[in-house]
Amino acid sequence: MELKTKINAKDGRQELVITREFDLPLELLFNAYVESGIVEQWMGTKVLKLESKKHGSYRFETTNAQGSIVFQANGVIHDLIPNQKIIRTFEMDNTPFGVQLEFYQFEKLTDETSKLEMHVLFESVEHRDQMIKIGFVQGINMAHNRLQDIVKKLKIKY
Amino acid sequence: MEARRDVFQAIADPTRRAILTLVALQAMTPGAIADQFDSSRQTVSKHIQILTECDLLKQEESGREIYYQLNPVKMKEIADFIEPFRNMWDDRFNKLETIMKKYKSKKTK
Repeated sequence: MELKTKINAKDGRQELVITREFDLPLELLFNAYVESGIVEQWMGTKVLKLESKKHGSYRFETTNAQGSIVFQANGVIHDLIPNQKIIRTFEMDNTPFGVQLEFYQFEKLTDETSKLEMHVLFESVEHRDQMIKIGFVQGINMAHNRLQDIVKKLKIKY
Repeated sequence: MEARRDVFQAIADPTRRAILTLVALQAMTPGAIADQFDSSRQTVSKHIQILTECDLLKQEESGREIYYQLNPVKMKEIADFIEPFRNMWDDRFNKLETIMKKYKSKKTK
């Protein structure tokens, strides 16, 4: 099946663009980014703080079963125009990735569908490639988990 | 001589994938890697050995210590470099879509 998500990361550039069309009305898509309870669900992280407004800030934290912190991220919201745009910074604590500047563009396609464009700027080309590298490993993990799910279903079937 | 190990077999193991995740963040000594796991040092060292044999890990000597880090060249060989990153985002967005669809039906009830 073709993935609905497109990523444009040109060689030698310190930016990437992620686009995705959703089977959701624009307002619902935008809500998924501004309501902490919802962000928690799809990002799979705890939201310690999320001030969804111009000059607000946010902080995410994920702990494992043993209670130790496995992921921490924070940033400031430079601007937020409901159902249109979010401009924010993103930084993962205790990692060498540096700060990213993110432009989220929300767009209505039809009454029931919408589009998100995420334009991410990194400090350098190296920072960007490092982030893709991390995604690579996480991607492998997820692909594998999905494979396991499929295999499990097969087992039940036969 | 031992037959060349299969890269896909190497990444099928959860511990080995965890090791790759760790060294993707920063170069690490075998000791520092082993500290992250409950398994014995020998077990972890065996996993590191397999990953190194598959060229997924690069060794670098710094003074008396050996540091392991991810070998991006090999990663590129496994698949298009960007594809798994795209998979990760696609999964995440699928989740968002599913959650919001439920949210919508709850609201209209």
